[in-house]
Amino acid sequence: MIELCDVSVAIGAKRIVSDVDLEARPGEVAAIVGPNGSGKSTLLKALCGDLAHGGRIAINGRDVAAMKPAEAAGIRAVLPQAATLAFPFTVHEVVRLGLVGGRSGVLAGEAGRLPERALARVDLEGYAGRYYQELSGGEQQRVQLARVLCQVWAPVLEGRPRYLLLDEPVSSLDIRHQLMVMDVARDFAERGGGVVAILHDLNLAAMYADRIHAMHDGRLVASGTPGEVLNDTLIEKVFGCRLKVGALPAGGVPFVLPQSIVSH
Amino acid sequence: MVDQSLAGPSGMMARPAGDRSGRAVLALAALAAGLVAVALFSLASGASDASALGVLRHWVSGAPADALSARDRIIIHDIRLPRVVMGMLVGAALAVSGAVMQGLFRNPLADPGLVGVSAGAGLGAVSVIVLGTTSLAPFTALLGPAALPLAAFCGGLAATLILYRVATRQGRTSVATMLLAGIALAALAMALTGMLVFIADDRQLRDLTFWQLGSLAGATWQKIAAAAPVIVPALAAMPFLARGLNALALGEATAAHLGVPVQRLKYAAIVSVSAAVGAAVAVSGGIGFVGIVVPHLLRLVIGPDNRYLLPGSALLGAALLLLADAFSRTVVAPAELPIGIVTAAIGGPFFLWILLRRRGIVDL
Repeated sequence: MIELCDVSVAIGAKRIVSDVDLEARPGEVAAIVGPNGSGKSTLLKALCGDLAHGGRIAINGRDVAAMKPAEAAGIRAVLPQAATLAFPFTVHEVVRLGLVGGRSGVLAGEAGRLPERALARVDLEGYAGRYYQELSGGEQQRVQLARVLCQVWAPVLEGRPRYLLLDEPVSSLDIRHQLMVMDVARDFAERGGGVVAILHDLNLAAMYADRIHAMHDGRLVASGTPGEVLNDTLIEKVFGCRLKVGALPAGGVPFVLPQSIVSH
Repeated sequence: MVDQSLAGPSGMMARPAGDRSGRAVLALAALAAGLVAVALFSLASGASDASALGVLRHWVSGAPADALSARDRIIIHDIRLPRVVMGMLVGAALAVSGAVMQGLFRNPLADPGLVGVSAGAGLGAVSVIVLGTTSLAPFTALLGPAALPLAAFCGGLAATLILYRVATRQGRTSVATMLLAGIALAALAMALTGMLVFIADDRQLRDLTFWQLGSLAGATWQKIAAAAPVIVPALAAMPFLARGLNALALGEATAAHLGVPVQRLKYAAIVSVSAAVGAAVAVSGGIGFVGIVVPHLLRLVIGPDNRYLLPGSALLGAALLLLADAFSRTVVAPAELPIGIVTAAIGGPFFLWILLRRRGIVDL
């Protein structure tokens, strides 16, 4: 269980996040939505232990502020929004960095093959020998996801659930890979782990999340199931944009929703 | 398109594509063998015709000592051997320090000589040479022969800390800021060094000039005894930084998420680099560009994995410096060229070549 109690984050004199109470349970996908600058990424950074914060953040009952990097790395993995790489590593070498903490949860003999399995999981089979810097943005994002999966390959380790913290995991992906990445997250949750993901696509959030948390001006303004949170009033309040939930486009304009997938 | 050539040679179990560790291990073995060959070559060559083969035969077979003339023994044991040992220590220290700094700054252009660390160490060393009998007398009296490397270490450490503070903000190091701050730091250190040179007496001046150009000519067992206790532990500590430095290539935040104690790693890297560079500068002066040329060449062959890059840099740095020293001893024999001139003449154009190939990285 991830628990945030009365969490606030200030950068310099500016308060970015105020009084957030939030729970993310193992077995569930939690989506954080909200407009640009609403404090989603800052909240996630506090949850990762990157930023000092007021209030209390605990993962599996352990206070994040008191955890050493190695301990935290054993119970959660973080997918950053963007990652630059300083040296010409191959894809295999980048994914293998996920094993640095040594708590992937597979037997020691299998760890060597884990990067290959993780790459297959994100539809990058055969990319292991290529240079990371030569890949497209979307491919790089999936390599990073493979690295993150290596770190917490087993969603439950020694009886304790582990978590994926994903900052806009589908931001530069095509629709097929958006679905694939969300399936990976969903599967991780169904096998007992927990997922917290910042998402901009409300349709994907509605399709994959068990709970949606909406942020506005650094505050959590709604938490609940997609059906409870995604309504006309809340969307206008949060995004400042009058949108009608569930309305079809007029005049036969084509629209394609992730929900309409037949098979993949 | 998958580059299968990166898969490396298949051993008992085929390595996954993109895993270059097999190739790296082979390269390390080749480098170790090469270093031995270069060291023997260095022992055998020089202005005198003393034969290293004779020495070897004497060592290996335990042949009676009179197989060697007394003169040859002195030349080999007291002149060439300390020079070879010191060349290896200094070359390894400079090359590994370059590799570690590049990992720390996440930037292939970081080099102790380029960014003012060597200049800071030089300032420390010159202070001891010039002021050792006057205002720093209590310091030198207390520490004896260790005073020079220790002062150089302090100078290098101060320069590295200032550089890191200036160039890194929120875990990101700006290349432009780093290089410019390095120029400013080096200029400041040189100005202070210049002031010390100004007040130095004639005897100190002669010491200083040759030392500033960089040379292994003054190698003695005493100098090695002062430098080795600093360089060897620093070199021994650096492999423990390798995994952390690999993770740091993804950025400080991600390295921390992977479980790396980033703050501790950074301090360990800064202290060991300052120690190794300080000691190397103290005994051999301003030998530049080893720290940038060696890791860059190695990365082309074995990739950037620090677990292999750091030991490889030590071996290749030692071998290259011995070769440069052999060249500097023979090219204008019986006189000799300061080795710093040789490394700068090779390293300067090499650095420009890297810049031309990867102009983009400077704009980061």
